[in-house]
Amino acid sequence: MQKKLLIDLLRSRRGFIGISIIVFLLLVSAIAPLFIPIKSYILWNDPDYWINNPKTAAPFWTNIFGSKEFEHISLKKNDAKIVSESSDGIKIVNYEFKINMQSGSFPDDFMFLYTAKYGNIPPVLQIDINRPDNNNFTVYYSSLPSSSNINTTFSDRIFSTNKNVKEAMFQYQSLFKYPIANYEPQVLLFSDTDKPSVLKGTYQISEKFFLFDNSSIVDDIGLILGGKVFGIMGTDDLRRDLIVGIIWGTPIALFIGLTVAIFSISIGLIYGVIAGYRGKRTDETMMRINDIFYALPTLPLLILLSITFGRSIFLIIGFLMFFSWMGTAKIIRSIALQIRNFQYVEAAKLMGQSDLKVIFKHIIPQLLPLTFASVAISVPGAILGEAALSFIGLGDPSLPTWGQLLHDANTADAAPRGIWWWIVPPGMMIALTGLAFFLIGNTLDSIANPLRNKNKK
Amino acid sequence: MGLGRTLLFRSFNMFLVLFATLFITVILLGPTLDKLLVEAMRNQVIDEINQRTLKFQNSEERLSYINKELQLRSKTFGLDQNSFTPSKLFYRIISVMTLDLGKSHFFTTDYGSSNVRDIIFEKVPKTLLLFTTSTLCVTVIGIVLGTYVAGKEGSWWDKLNSIFAIFSNSFPSWWVAMIMILVFAFTLHIFPARATPISSPSDSTYILDLLYHMALPLITLIIVSFGSWAYIVRYFLINILNEDFIFAKRTIGISRRKILYSHGLRNAGPPIATAVALSLASSFGGSIITEAVFDWPGMGKLYYDAIGLFDIPIIIGLTYISTVIFLVTIFITDISYTLLDPRVKGS
Repeated sequence: MQKKLLIDLLRSRRGFIGISIIVFLLLVSAIAPLFIPIKSYILWNDPDYWINNPKTAAPFWTNIFGSKEFEHISLKKNDAKIVSESSDGIKIVNYEFKINMQSGSFPDDFMFLYTAKYGNIPPVLQIDINRPDNNNFTVYYSSLPSSSNINTTFSDRIFSTNKNVKEAMFQYQSLFKYPIANYEPQVLLFSDTDKPSVLKGTYQISEKFFLFDNSSIVDDIGLILGGKVFGIMGTDDLRRDLIVGIIWGTPIALFIGLTVAIFSISIGLIYGVIAGYRGKRTDETMMRINDIFYALPTLPLLILLSITFGRSIFLIIGFLMFFSWMGTAKIIRSIALQIRNFQYVEAAKLMGQSDLKVIFKHIIPQLLPLTFASVAISVPGAILGEAALSFIGLGDPSLPTWGQLLHDANTADAAPRGIWWWIVPPGMMIALTGLAFFLIGNTLDSIANPLRNKNKK
Repeated sequence: MGLGRTLLFRSFNMFLVLFATLFITVILLGPTLDKLLVEAMRNQVIDEINQRTLKFQNSEERLSYINKELQLRSKTFGLDQNSFTPSKLFYRIISVMTLDLGKSHFFTTDYGSSNVRDIIFEKVPKTLLLFTTSTLCVTVIGIVLGTYVAGKEGSWWDKLNSIFAIFSNSFPSWWVAMIMILVFAFTLHIFPARATPISSPSDSTYILDLLYHMALPLITLIIVSFGSWAYIVRYFLINILNEDFIFAKRTIGISRRKILYSHGLRNAGPPIATAVALSLASSFGGSIITEAVFDWPGMGKLYYDAIGLFDIPIIIGLTYISTVIFLVTIFITDISYTLLDPRVKGS
C-alpha cells in the first residue's frame, strides 16, 4: 500500500514538483559535508576565519548585467615574483605582484599579509605601488616590532584603514588635481590623477623586506584587494561567504522540520486515537485539554521557554514539538471516532482483543497514509517556527540557519541599505522547502484520506 | 447548545487558558524576576545611604549594613521565600495581571516614565491600530475575492488565486516585510524604511505622519494574508455550492449571483469564521515580528528590543498582554461563529 502511495504521489503533478524540490534539497544537503569544509560551519561566527573575504560583496554574476564591478583578488606567495639581492650584509627581498585593473569600480579595501621570522633586529617593510601612469607611491614604510627573543615569528596584515597608509597618501597631494582628503587610500591608489575614476592598466605592487641578519626570513606573503563582487551568493558585513550559510542551512532546516513534524504528529496520532477510540468521558476530558493547548499563544510562550531554558537546537525542536501536536490530535480523533464503529473493529473487539492491540493493529494502520500527509504538511510550520525564533534573536547562535542569516541581515539593516543578496536567498530557501512539503502533503492527503475516499465511492 | 451557554463556556475556556499561560510564565520566570527585584532593592539601599550621607568606619561595615537592610526588606516583600510557594505564585500572578512589574532597565515612554505598565500601554494602541486595520482590510478583500473566484471555479483567476495562496503561505511574513523595504524604500523611495514617525507625539501633524509611516507595514500585512483568506472562503463556498439545496434554489430560478453572495456566503459563514480564527491567531505572532522589521513603535518592536537586552519585566508584561489580545481575538471570532450559525440561533 505504501508503494502504491508513492507511485500515486509521483504521478500527480503537484506531488512530482514537491518530490523534485525535496530531491534537490537533499542533494544540497549532501554537498554540504562533502565539498564545504566542516570548519566553515563550526567557525561560522568567528570573524577571523572569514577575514580574507571581501566585506558585503554582491554575487559575482551581477557583473554580467550592469556595470563591471571590481572582482575580489587574493594573491598568495606563489603568485609573486621574488627578487632578492644583498649588499653590505643587508638582504633585500622583493615580492612583486602584478595586477591588471580593468573594472569600472575601485576595490572595497586592501590588505597586505606577511609573516616573518627574525632575531634581535626587526626587518623593515616597504610597500610600493607602481601605476600605469608611471607614478610610484610608497604607501608603507615601517619596521616590524622589535623583540627581545632570539627567534620571533611575527604575522600581521596591513589594512587600507591603517594610519600609516593614510598618512603616506598625503605626500602625493600635489600629483592629484582634486582634494584627496575625502577619499580612501583604496580609491586614490587606483585613481586617475585628474578625476576620481579608475585608472585602467597594469599595476605593480611590491612588498619589499630589508633583512638585517642571516637568520631573518620572510615566511609568507599575500595581497588581498577586496572585491565589490564575490562568490555565487556574495558576502555579508562580517565577510562570511553567504553560499556556505545557505548550503549548511539546508540539512539543518530539513532536520528541524522533519524531526518536529514526525514527533509531533506521532504524539497527535496517539492522543487522537486514544480519545476517539475510548470516547465518552475520556474523549471529553482529552479534548478539553486539547482545546486549552490549542488556544495557547505559541510565539510568546516559545520566547519565554527559550529565554529560560536556553537556545540549543534540540531544546528548540522540543519546544516546537510541544506546540504543534494539537491540530493532528483533533483530526485523527474525529476519524478514529468513525473507524471504531466499523465492523471489523467491532469484530476484533468481540473476539476479545485488548484495546491496545485493536488500536495498534486495526486503527493506526488505517490512519498511516493520512499521518504521512500530516507530517509533510506540518514540516513548513516547524521550519517557519525555528526561523521566526532565530529571527528575533533566540535561535541556536552556533548554527548558520536561514533564520539566523536573516536575523543578522535585519540587525545590520540590510534592507534599507539595499543588500538584497543577504535577504533574498535565505527567504527563498525557506519558502522553497515549505512549498515542497506542502505540495507533497496536499497530494498525499487527497490520495490517502480514508473518509474522503469513502465519500467519493 | 444555546447562545448563552456557548458564551459562558467560551469565556470559561478563555480564562482557563489565560490562567494557564500566566502560570507557565510565573513558574518559568519567577526566580529570575526575584533576582532582579533583589538587585533593584540593593541599588535602592545604596542610593539611600548616599543621600543620607551615613558615615561608616570602613567598607566592611558599609557592606554589612547594606546586607542587613536588604535582608529586612526582602522579608517584608517575601523575597526570601522560595519562588514556588503557593502564596507567592498567587501574588505574582496578581501582579502580572495588574502589570505591576516595576521598572524597566532600558526603556522609557515618550514622556520619560520607565514604569513597565506605562511603557506597554503606550505601545499597545499602535499594535492594535496596525493589526485591526490590516485584519479588516484582509477580511474585506478575502471575502470579496474568495466569493468571486468561487463563482468562477476552474478559471484562470481561480488558479492564480490558489497558487498565490500557497506561495504566500510558504513565505515568512517578516521576510516579505524585508523585501518590501528593499523594493519600496530602497529602490523606489516611495515609503520610509523606518516606520517610527519623525515628529514628536505632541505635534499636530503626528497623526498624519503616523499614518504615512504605517502604509508600508499595512500593505505588507495585507499582501501576506489576503491570499490564504480568499482561498479559505473559496474552499468552503464551493463545498456549499455543491449541496442539494443550492441546486434546488437554482432550479426555482434564483439568480446565480444572488445564490453566491447571499445563500452561499451565509451558509459558508461558520466554517470560514473558525478557519479564520486560527489563521488570525497565527498571523498575530507574525505581525509582531513584522512590526520589529519595520520599526513600527508597537509591542512587536518592544518585544524584539527587550529580548535583545534581556529586559525580563517587559518580556513578562508583553507576554501577558499579547496573550490577552490573542484570546480576545479568538473569543470574538468564536462569538461571531455562534451568531452566524443558524443552528445555534434556532435553539
